[in-house]
Amino acid sequence: MTAPPLILTERMTAHPSDSHTIERYEATGGYAALRKGLEDMTPEQVAAEVKASNIRGRGGANFPAGVKWGFLPPTKPRYLVVNGDESEPGTFKDRQLMERDPHQLVEGVILAAYALEVNHAFIYIRGEYPKSARRVQAAVDEAYRRGYVGKDILGTGFDLEITVHLGAGAYICGEETALLNSLEGRRGEPRIKPPFPAVEGLYAKPTIVNNVETLSNLPWIVLNGGVEYARIGPETSAGTRLFSLSGHIERPGNYEIVMGMSWRELIYDIGGGIPAGRALKTWIPGGASAPWLVPEHLDTPVTIDDVAQQGTMLGSGAVIVMDETTNVLAAALRIVRFFAHESCGQCTPCREGTTWLERVLDRILAGEGRPSDLDLLLDVSDGISPGLRWPPVMTTICPLGPSAVSPVVSIMQHFRDEVEAMITKGVPVA
Amino acid sequence: MTTRQPSDPLAPIAEWSEPNRRRARTALDAYPERRSAVMPLLFLAMMEHGHVTDEAMQEVADLTGLTAAQVLSVASFYTMYKREDPGRYLISVCTSISCHLLGADEVLAAIVDETGTADGETAEDGLISVEHVECNGGCGGAPVVLVNYEMIEGVTPEKGRALCRWLRDGRPEVVFAGEMQQLFGGRRSFDWGIVDEEGAIVPVPAFEPYGSSGEGS
Repeated sequence: MTAPPLILTERMTAHPSDSHTIERYEATGGYAALRKGLEDMTPEQVAAEVKASNIRGRGGANFPAGVKWGFLPPTKPRYLVVNGDESEPGTFKDRQLMERDPHQLVEGVILAAYALEVNHAFIYIRGEYPKSARRVQAAVDEAYRRGYVGKDILGTGFDLEITVHLGAGAYICGEETALLNSLEGRRGEPRIKPPFPAVEGLYAKPTIVNNVETLSNLPWIVLNGGVEYARIGPETSAGTRLFSLSGHIERPGNYEIVMGMSWRELIYDIGGGIPAGRALKTWIPGGASAPWLVPEHLDTPVTIDDVAQQGTMLGSGAVIVMDETTNVLAAALRIVRFFAHESCGQCTPCREGTTWLERVLDRILAGEGRPSDLDLLLDVSDGISPGLRWPPVMTTICPLGPSAVSPVVSIMQHFRDEVEAMITKGVPVA
Repeated sequence: MTTRQPSDPLAPIAEWSEPNRRRARTALDAYPERRSAVMPLLFLAMMEHGHVTDEAMQEVADLTGLTAAQVLSVASFYTMYKREDPGRYLISVCTSISCHLLGADEVLAAIVDETGTADGETAEDGLISVEHVECNGGCGGAPVVLVNYEMIEGVTPEKGRALCRWLRDGRPEVVFAGEMQQLFGGRRSFDWGIVDEEGAIVPVPAFEPYGSSGEGS
């Protein structure tokens, strides 16, 4: 196996002590893409390279970035908003990109703004990431000083302001329309779509919202060409991608890989397998919102489409591994509790349903479950997510409610005997 | 310079400290519409008043052209805007799924026991608050504990207890993630590189444009 190309993490791997500084960034080719893009290319040409790259959004929805950009109407002003509100349990990749290589992100933001003819970009970073915010702000300040941001960038006549905005502790703001409301100084409640942000976004103006990792790829794409990027990995899962491994795994961390390897390779070869020689019980393939996979899936490929075929999603690339000792009911409750806490409360199925799921799981775990609770769990789940399908049939404005259903359906599908044993015997033994 | 013009946009916060007034101006200038400054201004108001007081919400409303009720609707939505004074050190223990799998509940129990402060409460002397929080993005270094939002990864119950004693006995002016990680942390999500040069003074994210930050060690 040849070593995969590193795009996002090459600098921080080679220069762990100072990869975040502008000196190191420029000494390792940084801001060359900016010069190429702004001096030698038109905005349309930069956008065309991103389209040609086939890069799909890395925030969780995996929507092709170039296609998203194509939805912008010709009106101005328009805005670019960077989603750095990384909060999906299990996900910590954007934190590493912001802390360890903030200039790579800032250069990507400038290139995207140029391509989209945007003159004000916002980087929304979750409130619990002050270090990320400090690093990104320092990079933005430095970029202003060098004339890469501000008025008449590199003498091209292109102007760009960048504002770093801090969230204040609400998972839902990672949903792009909730994020826009938050940025407007409102409660972080998702908006009904359509209109989509590309048409009516920040201050009701055309807006593109892109994830930190997505934009961090832009310097490479502009420098090497979109076609070159599209050549990496499977056709519909192009490029390298950061996976966050956590839970019961020997070597947790972020790994930049080419998609297409098997889950076995990702968990055992890259992640080092399960600690203490224990057996793998289950894993979550794409953040807490995703339905779970089990060992029979170990030899299926890790691509966006293959994972979708298993009835789940690659989501934000967060892989949470659970070993044979895991009480899956307790794990599911922990995830349901998260969504119950983070529900914004707008939609009844989510607001009420997540709380009901939490209560029922809680009483089963406390040894006070009733035989009827098995049906009740599925019934409440069905009320939030009709038919219990993935991707879900939506009864709510955003996917948060159906996300809370994922762990419940997963344990009922794969570990129903354990749930039953918990109800009848008060212990999670089949 | 100290004479306030009637049109001074900062008139509603004439009593605030000069650094916070400067930060408030930065926030108001950072967006095309003033109301977008509500979130940074609420953090500044917490620094000024200790928590989001009724007076603070009126000040933020006057600065942004909103009503106090609109500001309340925002302040009540986000968990980091505290409606009561938190302790000088806010200890946040992540208990979401990845931290849960690696023993976060035991870490939280040890910290609650060591401080004599229940989850969600503030000690009587006002020194320490303890809360459990949802995922903080340190899953590869679980379990994660934050002190005034500065992160420590790979915390054990014993190290959690030691952290509490260190805060109580040493009462550091500024808490630095790098220093705390070295003293009380373990496995990290990734190589942090050089340690940070800034830390937190109060339970508000240490982000200078509109928050506290201490110069580094």
